[in-house]
Amino acid sequence: MFAYIVRRLWQMIPTMLGVMLLVFVLFNWVGGDPTYILEGKRLTPEMIANFRAQMGLDKSLPEQFFLFVKQVLSYDFGNSWATQHSVAHTLATRVGPSLMLAGGLLVLELFTALPIAVAVAYFRGGLTDRMVTLICTVAMSVSSLVYIIVGQYQLAFAWDLFPVMGWDDDSVAANLLLYLPLPLLLGLLVSLAPSVRFYRSFVVEELNHDYVRTARAKGLSEPAVLFKHVLRNALIPVVTNVTMSLPFLMLGSMLLERFFGIPGMGNELLNAVDKSDFPVIKAITITIAAAAMVFNLLADILYKWIDPRVQLK
Amino acid sequence: MTTLQNTAGGAPAAPSRSLWALGWQRLKRDRVGFVSLWVVLAFMALALASWLGLIGRGWNDEIAVSYAPPTSLFQAQKAAAVAHPRKPAAEPAAEGLLPSEDPIWAETQKARQNRGQYVLPEAKKAESLTFGADQRGRDILDKVIKGTSTSLFVGFFGSMLAIVIGTALGACAGFFGRKTDDFLMWFYSVFTAMPDMLLLLAFAAVAGRGLGTVILVLSLTTWTGVFRLVRAEFIKLRSREFVQAADAIGASSARRMFVHILPNISHLLLVQFSLLMVGLIKYEVILSFLGFGVDVRQVSWGSMLAEVPEELMQGYWWQLAMVVVFMSLLVTAFSMLTDALRDALDPKVK
Repeated sequence: MFAYIVRRLWQMIPTMLGVMLLVFVLFNWVGGDPTYILEGKRLTPEMIANFRAQMGLDKSLPEQFFLFVKQVLSYDFGNSWATQHSVAHTLATRVGPSLMLAGGLLVLELFTALPIAVAVAYFRGGLTDRMVTLICTVAMSVSSLVYIIVGQYQLAFAWDLFPVMGWDDDSVAANLLLYLPLPLLLGLLVSLAPSVRFYRSFVVEELNHDYVRTARAKGLSEPAVLFKHVLRNALIPVVTNVTMSLPFLMLGSMLLERFFGIPGMGNELLNAVDKSDFPVIKAITITIAAAAMVFNLLADILYKWIDPRVQLK
Repeated sequence: MTTLQNTAGGAPAAPSRSLWALGWQRLKRDRVGFVSLWVVLAFMALALASWLGLIGRGWNDEIAVSYAPPTSLFQAQKAAAVAHPRKPAAEPAAEGLLPSEDPIWAETQKARQNRGQYVLPEAKKAESLTFGADQRGRDILDKVIKGTSTSLFVGFFGSMLAIVIGTALGACAGFFGRKTDDFLMWFYSVFTAMPDMLLLLAFAAVAGRGLGTVILVLSLTTWTGVFRLVRAEFIKLRSREFVQAADAIGASSARRMFVHILPNISHLLLVQFSLLMVGLIKYEVILSFLGFGVDVRQVSWGSMLAEVPEELMQGYWWQLAMVVVFMSLLVTAFSMLTDALRDALDPKVK
């Protein structure tokens, strides 16, 4: 186990270097020269030279890449081009709101989607199962945008059940009670259909195993079979899937953050892309990629820990 | 395909039927899948017709009043639209000037009384808009048809490109193995280390806007699934007898890869293609909504949705309704077709 973790950590280095190289190529080569993005087109040659020296653009590409790697390792991405604030500091303040939204969504989704999936899997092949699967397919085909637009309009604007948007930087309670319920509800609505379908397939697969037949043969009631035996086993892929989806969730809730004015990572990324604020985009890309890799490793470890049958390669 | 006719009807398998013929038969027997196929084909015909300029050409013309309501659905609202083609303007004579002082008082009064009888040409036009108009008085039906063609265009060529990239790299990785495989696997892991949406936005930030870039960006982010699949299949197939036989008679690597192995996985690629189409259509909508997708000279479902939040606040729901109906119909049909294809083309299913 320990050897496995060490090996995995070693394997992460080339991938991370690759991510940095990709980001570097994108923003330093494809993205164009920042001199013109930042300073406009009417510049004297010496201003250009000055600026380029300051940005390190006068160095060769390998040197620039080396500097970039150093930046990443010290987690110092300089200042945002748009606001002049320190990127690392800005991002640190964005993690909290994102986590509140993403974490809340994750918990809610587990507690609603899993029971539905288990119930549907119990009736598999029947009319209920087919209807739910059909409804899920249709529900998934409506863009998540539509749920958010209509939900925000109807529940917050037309019926005035929730505030339309907002965020309180100082009070966690205000956020939890006032500003988060509607985004969470809509986020749940968006993710429910795909989650139910996803979990259902796991549970159905699990139901085909021999131990289910044994449990039934012992005379266990159907709910006992489902919730005691099947759910526990189906939970293994579910748990790992959840661990792995956390960094992805943080971006997935990007639209919610944008609509409801939640100052999270996703919102920050959208603003940065809008303003071509390259340091911020670079920092978010690197951060999320690193987080995704760490969570990936955690998921594999957790997987092995829950289910000893799993072979780690 | 011509061999199908005589074997239709699910008779015990004739010995020489290909996977495709069998798949087609199974698809025909799958009622949901078959209907979905027709819906998808209908959408494609619509997109093609609009692309050729037969329909939806005037999507960008101002032909009706602002926010003309859908006429076919609500007759009462139609009457209202004709009577009040514009918001009633403030009436200046009522304030300030007294009738005795105003030289055109009588004319103003007469014009005001007669106003209801005139039907402005633009209001008249609004009667013929089946699904209403948007803020600039553009026909929503035309817009949504044009948007369909944009979505299918992006989806089709984006998926094509993703399949080509994924297959080429996956084939090399799986066939040659060793160093090539190591390198390509590293390349793959770099691309999968980042969530799709993040990668999309990072690409969009540097690549600018427009239909071409959207297609490129979408395919560059979604080739990874195809890569994985193709690589696994190539590893499985490269040591089979028929490939060894080809090697023995002197077939080159390229020939073995693309003439001998590739046809054996083409059914998987078709399923992947159809899966990708659904995904890319959804991605394009979000990208265009956020303003990183198609530019202003184009219309797509996403850019239409971007106009919706403001409209809803004023009670104009028809643009939203049209986009939702068109998009969910296409995406549902496509998803179900994908499921049906997967079942039909699975050689293990008898």
